[in-house]
Amino acid sequence: MKRFVTTFLFTLSFLLLVPAQAVKIAFHDFKTPAQEQLYLQLIAELRCVKCQNQNLAESNAELAKDMRDKTYELILKGGTRDDVVKYMTDRYGDFVLYKPPFKKNTLLLWVGPPVFLFISLFLLFRLIKGQKKELTETLSSDDRESMRSLLKTSSSDNK
Amino acid sequence: MKVKFLIPLAAFMALVGLMYFGLSNDPKLIPSPFVGKPAPQFSLPRLNNPDETISVSDMKGEVWILNLWASWCVSCRAEHAVLSKLIAEEKIPTIGLNYKDYGTEDYGDDAKKWLATLGNPYYAVAVDTKGMAGIDWGVVGVPETFVMDKKGIVRYKFTGPVYQKAVDETLIPLIKKLRKESP
Repeated sequence: MKRFVTTFLFTLSFLLLVPAQAVKIAFHDFKTPAQEQLYLQLIAELRCVKCQNQNLAESNAELAKDMRDKTYELILKGGTRDDVVKYMTDRYGDFVLYKPPFKKNTLLLWVGPPVFLFISLFLLFRLIKGQKKELTETLSSDDRESMRSLLKTSSSDNK
Repeated sequence: MKVKFLIPLAAFMALVGLMYFGLSNDPKLIPSPFVGKPAPQFSLPRLNNPDETISVSDMKGEVWILNLWASWCVSCRAEHAVLSKLIAEEKIPTIGLNYKDYGTEDYGDDAKKWLATLGNPYYAVAVDTKGMAGIDWGVVGVPETFVMDKKGIVRYKFTGPVYQKAVDETLIPLIKKLRKESP
């Protein structure tokens, strides 16, 4: 029993470590839940320009922190989604967006995947159709006739 | 029929070509949206005289350079000699934007030491403690170097430490060209 209590208390003591770690994450207060929602959505959609395969929410880079703070500041001032996106793209270009706008130079990015999908589906169907034809056309009546005669001769040979 | 068997080879070559193009592209070179646009404004305290400020508008009518640097930045140390030589030879006014340096609350002891050791090529050093002017200039990583024309339009951005070849082949010809333009 004593052993159980010590183990239990020891395990419990780990809970105390959690708040110490949580301090590291900057916590922001918002006026409305909608603002908080917008903030979370934006930091997930904006890209960290320093560590390019992470969004602002995931990145630990100093610059990402500054950009998160800026996003928070703009939202708290009553900035809309478009305001924040404009602020960031004015400074970092479309590059900062994980959801790039539909433009002339992003045309391939948006249209490319569906086009390739249709091309490959078309090729796939054509291939399947060709295979069906081959299967049905393999045996002609002449083929059957010669096959039968071959079978007859071979079975009589065995006797 | 004879051509058909070449299709996979052609597709493969196209893929290789695409990948080669991808390799030769540096993903860190983000095209600056500022090139061709007016330089973002700032008005910041000067490193050596915090009571005075230096602003972008002070540079109007001149071809000038903005160089983002910090004492903690190793590449800045690497480019320092090349940049200093360019500034001295071309006599081009250059603002150093001291980006998020340590100890900048008391106006940059580290930055001052850095300049005292390596030499100060700058016309003025602006202190950007919080890095907010940096963000206004679209900083990704120091050092970054911008060239502005006489109208205050950003004409060129160099990402990373400037090296002699880039100075000789790009920066000096550009500065000479911009100086000939009317203000």
